[in-house]
Amino acid sequence: MAHPSAPRPTLLRRWFPHPLLSLTLTLIWLLLINGVSVGGLLVGLTLGIAIPRLTGGFWPDRPGIRNYRRIFSYLLLVMWDIAVANLQVARIILFRPLASLHTRWVCVPLALTSPEGIAVFAGTITMTPGTVSCDLAADGKSLLVHCLDAPDPEAAVRDMKERYESRLLEIFP
Amino acid sequence: MAWFNELLVSALIVIGASFALVGSWGLVRLPDLMSRLHAPTKATTLGVGGALVASMVYFLAGNGTLSVHELLITLFLFLTAPLTAHFLAKAWMHSQRPGDLPQPAQRGWSTFDAGEAEREAASDQPRPPPLSDACGSSASPPPASPSSP
Repeated sequence: MAHPSAPRPTLLRRWFPHPLLSLTLTLIWLLLINGVSVGGLLVGLTLGIAIPRLTGGFWPDRPGIRNYRRIFSYLLLVMWDIAVANLQVARIILFRPLASLHTRWVCVPLALTSPEGIAVFAGTITMTPGTVSCDLAADGKSLLVHCLDAPDPEAAVRDMKERYESRLLEIFP
Repeated sequence: MAWFNELLVSALIVIGASFALVGSWGLVRLPDLMSRLHAPTKATTLGVGGALVASMVYFLAGNGTLSVHELLITLFLFLTAPLTAHFLAKAWMHSQRPGDLPQPAQRGWSTFDAGEAEREAASDQPRPPPLSDACGSSASPPPASPSSP
């Protein structure tokens, strides 16, 4: 909750502390009931207003997003990579002799600083080819990643940083 | 047209099921827990995806209604799969205490490193200056902290 001596936020800010979250919750409710109706919209709006208001104390700041359009191209890229990752991991499981796998840990230094950005980066790493993100350094500056098959650890780190982190840096501050 | 739809739905279900099977086979075949973690987080995504797309096609062709529950399942799956993998990995690190992890330059991994406040209380030493490269090699010791001015 806000500090008592802090200036009281505006009415709009109090009712819609996170407008995007309100919109998303309403949309998800409409998807859940699988159709658009006035009643459904009203319930969705109620949820969309109540949940951000009740939980607003936990995240007082809005996540800063620099570029909304790039989110969609990033989503498409990740979807495509997930499909490719499925095929690659399936091929490794089915055909590669286990002794020829270069299973190793790598440490990925982070250029991202916003918690949301790091969370999205870690989630992307887990969902894409042969990598699972396991831990964050206590200072939030590096990510521990387990690679199923990485013959060259430096190339694996470079790939992750160039393919995903550089794009995320354009989205998150 | 009806048989074409049925063919499409069947093909999607079979493709999805084979990916789910491969993911499960990976659980059996891969040697240790961390490698096994790769199989269910990835190979099954397309398995579930195939079944969901098949369901959307079936309802679109059969009832003429667009079913969007499947998109929600995909969304929730993408939100939860990395989290479960992350928690499994952290639990594994706690139980096994692996010694071969690469170390970050300044602080340890958050699974093992105590919080900022405890660390500050434990030592009066100033923090070392940030390095340009955030990841040190696992062999070199952490940089010595400079003498205070």
